[in-house]
Amino acid sequence: MKAVFLATALTLVAQVPYERIRTNSELDKGNWLTYSGNYQGHRFSPLDQINKTNVANLKPMWIYQPANPQRFETSPIIADGLMYITESPTVVTALDARTGRSVWRWERTLPADLQTIGFGRVNRGVAILDDMLFVGTLDAYVVALDRRTGAVRWQTKVADYKVGHCITSAPLAVKGLVITGVSGGEAGVRGFLAAYDAKTGIEVWRHWTVPEKGEPGIESWSGDSYKTGSGTTWVTGSYDPDTNLLYWGTGNPGPDWNGDSRIGDNLYTCSLLALDATTGKRKWHFQFTPHDTHDWDSTHVPMLFDAVVKGKPHKVVAVANRNAFYYLLDRVTGEFLLGVPYAKQTWAKGLDDKGRPELIAGKDPTEAGNLVWPSLQGATNWFSPSYSPLTRNVYVPVREMGAHYFKGEAIFKPGTFFAGGGERTLKADDNYGAVRALDAVTGALKWEFRLHQPIWAGVMATAGGLVFGGSEEGNFYALDASDGKPLWQFQTGGSMAANPVSFLVDGKQRVAMSAKGVLLVFGLN
Amino acid sequence: MILAFLFLLQDPDPIQQGKRLFQSQCAVCHGIDGHGSTGPSLIRPKLPRAQDEAALIRVIAEGIPNTNMPGSWQMTEREVKWTATYVLSIGRVAEQKLPGNVEAGAEVYRKSGCASCHIVNGKGNGYGPELTGIGLRRSAIHLKQSIVEPAADVPGESMTVVAVTSQGQSVVGIRANEDSFSIQIRDMSGRVHSFQKAALKSLDKQQGSVMPAFNKLTPTELDDLVAYLASLRGDQ
Repeated sequence: MKAVFLATALTLVAQVPYERIRTNSELDKGNWLTYSGNYQGHRFSPLDQINKTNVANLKPMWIYQPANPQRFETSPIIADGLMYITESPTVVTALDARTGRSVWRWERTLPADLQTIGFGRVNRGVAILDDMLFVGTLDAYVVALDRRTGAVRWQTKVADYKVGHCITSAPLAVKGLVITGVSGGEAGVRGFLAAYDAKTGIEVWRHWTVPEKGEPGIESWSGDSYKTGSGTTWVTGSYDPDTNLLYWGTGNPGPDWNGDSRIGDNLYTCSLLALDATTGKRKWHFQFTPHDTHDWDSTHVPMLFDAVVKGKPHKVVAVANRNAFYYLLDRVTGEFLLGVPYAKQTWAKGLDDKGRPELIAGKDPTEAGNLVWPSLQGATNWFSPSYSPLTRNVYVPVREMGAHYFKGEAIFKPGTFFAGGGERTLKADDNYGAVRALDAVTGALKWEFRLHQPIWAGVMATAGGLVFGGSEEGNFYALDASDGKPLWQFQTGGSMAANPVSFLVDGKQRVAMSAKGVLLVFGLN
Repeated sequence: MILAFLFLLQDPDPIQQGKRLFQSQCAVCHGIDGHGSTGPSLIRPKLPRAQDEAALIRVIAEGIPNTNMPGSWQMTEREVKWTATYVLSIGRVAEQKLPGNVEAGAEVYRKSGCASCHIVNGKGNGYGPELTGIGLRRSAIHLKQSIVEPAADVPGESMTVVAVTSQGQSVVGIRANEDSFSIQIRDMSGRVHSFQKAALKSLDKQQGSVMPAFNKLTPTELDDLVAYLASLRGDQ
């Protein structure tokens, strides 16, 4: 009996080396070891205990209420019986995954003059590697915590919060490195991605997303506009262990809605970057929305899989973009393979054979307002899509919403809004949300499940043939992954702006999702 | 030249200055005209977090702790005040001099039976929207249109819906709430019906309004009624 107890206790503090995350083996299918469940950005659970035949019996197992009941957008990490979550504004809590009772809690004291410019005081999760957790903070530090106690191992300043930099996204831990993006795209900061030695916190590389004078791409910025070019990196990217490439999206150019001062394509904003994970050197880039004036950040979770596209096999990266197009690129070369709209859009006639949008004239913001689909929140946003290797579908959470775009004055003062306009949305009943299943290889619509309002929650497909998602009105629901029919729903009482995950406790499958200020965990028994 | 100099000495129009600042610093979250976006709408007579001008100035300057509302250390004291003046101007309708007679309008309200659906100062029937503070929220033009052509602009919270159950029973009322799976409908008697949308035979969201068009009033009666409604500036 004593030996059994000791063995259980030991599993609670097992190491999580890179190889464990990379292989995501059978032994780990009850854990959730990186932001999207695997490095390939699939947000797919291989668990199938909860499936089409029994999901109707799903019920809450436990509910966790954080001390600060602000909306929290965490995507939990689950390792060996413990769940690690982040809470608003910059809190990490370790929970007993069986009961929801907290084991330890760490909170960072934030500076009194901290401001988040254009986004909420949120955090989307931690990364785990070996015996440490890593979290980005609103005052733009990366902090490493001991995963047994929450004690700080190291903390490294990433950027100056006073000019608008913040970190809200979960870091990505890869082969001894902790990689983080930054927010601040509405404050005219210069975006970058940075990697730190996981053991020491020393910076290993920094990749700027907007070029300096003399660097390639500078010709795409008029005058000195590159200095306030934004291109932030505020959603966790994906990683291909085979090619050692990181795939990370970049945000809007600054100022958002007034492009007069930044004539040109504004590289490398609204792009996908493929970076060597060891050096941070760019291997290729693809710009989805050149010279964006609608705030369509290309900050999404890229999905990596292999596919035969137009008769040829490719290692692909798929992106459902905020600009309403679904793209497939060859992830080794960056070659454009396919791009089709997956939501209503009124700004482009289509894409040319290189994937560049063929613009419809007169769709930029104006002083009087200009109605364009999608709205500035986009046809999708930061919340995760899901790829199922079983159905070969990509499931995209969609916002069907247009907006009147206004162009305004943009005066740069460090640490303040540098937006140059705004939007007026349509009446609530003129908009709606949806989960759309797309054929991952062609982008063709397989099915749609409509939701009352545009959504802010991600989706997760499972080996049980289900797709879990959340609504803005608080419904947590499960759809049949093959036809989109709703099989179960639970009204949580709070709007959902998070991503679901799934894991095992005592060999039994659980599904976790947060709703406004609480985290809920569901199971069958 | 002298005129130009005098112009420069004058205080600029605070509402226009505030609007300019609002559009550059606030519109990202609150929408270009304050109707809300990722942040809440500011088109309301009293803001829950800033119930008077002094409180609003404080909120704009310092932000609201533990929320997404930042402070604005970058603005001068005068700029913060201009912004507050503008925000207050969009949230409440200024008192206007109107052609109608308030007392006569109250009588038109009584004899037209408006109280059978609306509550004013605690009196009446609660089916349609409460009108106690309607004069703060709606302009005279909007009030007049709502009386003679109520279907022209129906706010989402007053949408009329018709639900037909699988047994063929029809329920007509105002949509009290709705999510992706269910709808709650308040009928004329005040009863709330709850339906799973998938179980309904049909659900029709009507463009029109359950409120009848009062287009038989004389021009004088209409002016009087508008003046009465505009005078309702009770605490909201």
